Amino acid sequence: MAELFHRKIERTAIGFVLAIIAAASVGGIIEIAPLFTIDETVEEAPDMRPYTPLELAGRNVYMREGCYACHSQMIRTLRDDVDRYGPYSLAVESRYDHPMLWGSKRTGPDLARIGGKYSDIWHVAHLTNPRDVVPQSNMPSYPWLARTSLRTDDLGLHLAAQQLIGVPYTDEMIANAARDALGQALPDSDYAAGVQERYGDEAQISAFDGVTTELTEMDALVAYLQVLGTLTDAAYENTVAPEEAPDAEDLAAGSATASGGR
Amino acid sequence: MMVSQLTRGERQGSILIAAAVALCGLALAIAGRNDLLGVHGAFVLVGSVALIAFLLSRLDSPEPDVSRRPSEYYDDPIKVGIALSMLWAIFGMFVGVWVAAELAWPSLNFDTAWLSFGRLRPAHTTGVIFGFGGNALIATSFHVVQRTSRARLAGQISPWFVLLGYNLFCFLAVTGYLMGLTQSKEYAEPEWYADLWLVVVWVTYFVLYLRTIARRKEPHIYVANWYFMAFIVVVAILHIVNNLAIPVSLGHAWSYPIWSGVQDAMVQWWYGHNAVAFFLTAGFLGMMYYYLPKRAERPIFSYRLSILSFWGITFFYMWAGSHHLHYTALPHWVQTLGMTFSIMLLVPSWASAGNAILTLNGAWHKVRNDATLRFMFVAAVFYGLSTFEGSFLAIRPVNSLSHYTDWTVGHVHAGALGWVALITFGSIYTLVPSLWKRERMYSAALVEVHFWLALIGTLIYVFAMWNSGIVQGLMWRTYTESGTLAYSFLDSLVAMYPYYIARTLGGFLFLLGAIVGCYNIWMTVRASPAAAETALKDLPDARWAEGTATTPAE
Ligand code: HEM
Ligand code: HEM
Repeated sequence: MAELFHRKIERTAIGFVLAIIAAASVGGIIEIAPLFTIDETVEEAPDMRPYTPLELAGRNVYMREGCYACHSQMIRTLRDDVDRYGPYSLAVESRYDHPMLWGSKRTGPDLARIGGKYSDIWHVAHLTNPRDVVPQSNMPSYPWLARTSLRTDDLGLHLAAQQLIGVPYTDEMIANAARDALGQALPDSDYAAGVQERYGDEAQISAFDGVTTELTEMDALVAYLQVLGTLTDAAYENTVAPEEAPDAEDLAAGSATASGGR
Repeated sequence: MMVSQLTRGERQGSILIAAAVALCGLALAIAGRNDLLGVHGAFVLVGSVALIAFLLSRLDSPEPDVSRRPSEYYDDPIKVGIALSMLWAIFGMFVGVWVAAELAWPSLNFDTAWLSFGRLRPAHTTGVIFGFGGNALIATSFHVVQRTSRARLAGQISPWFVLLGYNLFCFLAVTGYLMGLTQSKEYAEPEWYADLWLVVVWVTYFVLYLRTIARRKEPHIYVANWYFMAFIVVVAILHIVNNLAIPVSLGHAWSYPIWSGVQDAMVQWWYGHNAVAFFLTAGFLGMMYYYLPKRAERPIFSYRLSILSFWGITFFYMWAGSHHLHYTALPHWVQTLGMTFSIMLLVPSWASAGNAILTLNGAWHKVRNDATLRFMFVAAVFYGLSTFEGSFLAIRPVNSLSHYTDWTVGHVHAGALGWVALITFGSIYTLVPSLWKRERMYSAALVEVHFWLALIGTLIYVFAMWNSGIVQGLMWRTYTESGTLAYSFLDSLVAMYPYYIARTLGGFLFLLGAIVGCYNIWMTVRASPAAAETALKDLPDARWAEGTATTPAE
């Protein structure tokens, strides 16, 4: 019977194509649409702020160089992930990430909470040549970042595009984008105050690459790395415990000792 | 060769189309003059002007006899498609070997931006998946749809437009990454203008395919075409939804996807997993369902299994993407759905693998003696293996170990080398002699050499990554007696180096095999044509075309 029916649709190309579309649509619709409508999908985090223009520019450098190919930014709800990298990632922490950079491979460690873990100087040395600070590392060196000045004239356009797709940038932020990028890397300048005015006192003002005469891609990338995991405290307030890695050996080891936590 | 089948009017039409593309290139070059977009605009402009010059130089060369068209197949685009596919194979695999080596010896990037791992890696994945795989799919789909419908392609210019337009997309993609242009979405890295261009190309492909099927002289649409249609239609849907983005301005190459955070993650892996399903699986199953029975000269084992497998794959796969997001911030219910459907997916997957292997039952002596058929047999085995592995990795507890490790990479290449590349080589070795009207490939011994290089290379690659992945995963989760983590991240990295070196070696052997294949194909094409009598049989009006070999048994 079913076979006879199939014999029939095999006779019409359009019918066959429509059947393919129908069969293929169901899964995606059921799994994706509710993510926009169910409120619990993304947690509340009133303290969450968007990236400053300099951090956003740094994020673009991060994407351009393909850092995401080797570094995840998603700490799983597993105990060993949490012990190694910090509280597991919440959906809200990447809510303004267009696109998300959760990653799928850890050739290097997770970076979701790298912000504040090392000094700016360490990052600059590491990015310039990783083997100077970590002799066994296989990470590529990025010496050109400190030599390349950062394009800032179009940062307003970048923020405006983000505003259009729902990131809460104000018109004032857009108008001051280039100036704020400069200010964030020039601690004692007039521009610096504006950054904290617009993005909050927690926004880090620093001469990231150690040189204040020129704004470079290194400044931007380090600013981005230093903000990762610090945009909101929600993950630290979350009290749901991580899961044990579900394998027998590990479960035994886990129950023998109190949970290792941070 | 490219224009000899076109009439003067069609050549003029092609020039007009190329001129329109040149104008688009000019517009991008001007709008993006302060941005890398301008460089891409200039590439498009130069490329299409070169094409126009070429067409103009051939405008008055002899015209084809149009009246004979309905009784002849249109094979020129297929020939060029195969050549492009093999060129991309060499490029993509060479870059694969290079990035593999960079992970073992990081100084191989010579402090140069475009040589660094993060930029080359997408050049590898795009080069092999879209360059090598995509061109092979376009070429074989053009061949299969004509032979199984016993009809000529429904267009003279459009097959060229699809083929060359698609390669322009691949070119923009790869050069973009090297310059630093990427959306960073895995397997969907190209920027907005390249994405829009692909939509135009793909819609043309879809229309061409359907119109050719509409010309068929057979009442039923053959199984291989079901898969090619699913490949074309679903890839279009996936591509459009996942790539929705807002460019910074019309003068900027950079853009921001409209999706963010957890929704973006789900859309991305719905896309990513189904790129595996409908690009790397459905399309290649289309190849398998035609070339394997053809080469074995036996009908497909079971029509019923074909139906079960086809609809199972089309329906189940689309639910499975969330297995890429186990234990992440994606809501638990979606993870559970993804896991469940991934396990069910094993049934239709094995139905196809089994159907292929049982088709060979009774032809084992051929598998033993004919390396071409052996390519396809081993591909079917690897298809069964990697889908089993995939369903296994999709189980949450297993994924807690494998995710983020080289085990995923091992799984990928069991599928990509063992299944995708081997079925392609088998199909190409079947197709090349018939397309160029030769008795057989130039050297059967070289096909044999290629087969063993490919198989050994795959095994070395996959075993190295299984080992490294499992070692890595276990080291990350091992605790000491006192409840602290036993190994630093660096300890696990240091343990990887031997495996990274082994993987480079395996990949090198695989690449070597592909180079041998290229040489063999080249020599076959150059050899003198076989007796015209075999050639004459391969015509739309001849019953031979669909033969008994590729029609279902029941
Ligand atoms: C000469 C053979 C090849 C070599 C040496 C090679 C090497 C590599 C390397 C080193 C990576 C990066 C892994 C990492 O980030 O840790 C990679 C990724 C990848 N390759 Fe290959 N490759 C080869 C052939 C292929 C082929 C033929 C295909 C597809 C048809 C393919 C598809 C992929 C994919 C999809 C990824 C991304 C995997 C992921 O994101 O998990 N490769 N390859
Ligand atoms: C029943 C069929 C299959 C299932 C259920 C499946 C499942 C999976 C799972 C669970 C992962 C790991 C996700 C993660 O932890 O990040 C994965 C990754 C992958 N699989 Fe499969 N797989 C199947 C077949 C295949 C085949 C036949 C191929 C290739 C030709 C393939 C290519 C890939 C690729 C490219 C990735 C890596 C994606 C990335 O991280 O970039 N899979 N698959």
